[in-house]
Amino acid sequence: MTDRRRHHDMGGLPDSEPVPTREHLFEPWEKRVDAIKALLSDDKRNLLTTDEMRRGIEDLGADAYERYNYYERWISSITNTLLQKKVFTVDELGRKMAEIEARQEDKPL
Amino acid sequence: MSNRFAIGDSVRVRTAFPAGHCRTPFYCRGKTGTVTRYCGDFRNPEELAYGVYDGARSAVYRVRFAQTDLWPDYDGPAHDKCDIEIYEHWLVGEDA
Repeated sequence: MTDRRRHHDMGGLPDSEPVPTREHLFEPWEKRVDAIKALLSDDKRNLLTTDEMRRGIEDLGADAYERYNYYERWISSITNTLLQKKVFTVDELGRKMAEIEARQEDKPL
Repeated sequence: MSNRFAIGDSVRVRTAFPAGHCRTPFYCRGKTGTVTRYCGDFRNPEELAYGVYDGARSAVYRVRFAQTDLWPDYDGPAHDKCDIEIYEHWLVGEDA
């Protein structure tokens, strides 16, 4: 029966690590991902439900699920869902990412 | 919307393993608990997760389980409980 458990559904597994209860700071990009999600789900846009985002995270596969941190899972799922919904294309996304990367290289840290 | 279950009813979570998104934790499937609250009617996350935003609303219940029923090796106090909010289509009535 255990093999029918989906990877993300790990409540109560004996090898789960304890949940860290200490507050921690978020990176600026993580806050931005949170804001993007809120804007996509608002009444004006209504492009993405939390359920769709959860589904996308669950469908990343066990390997990516373990490798990505919390907001990396979010942005991966958001990206895949928006591609499926034709909000932007793979080509548009690729070009935009290259453009932003080039902008960062021009700017001394 | 008429509710199939009332507070105090004994209910069993369906032993089902759908491949897609659902909100019913694996660890409570097939387990029996008691309805303690009707939480309201909500759209089905199993539809919302796939772009169906206007599906029918369904009753959600808070169901109380004994921890010793959920976990065979539970070593905490015998009266410990676990409350889980579950959509109606995941529940079947148990004869009292």
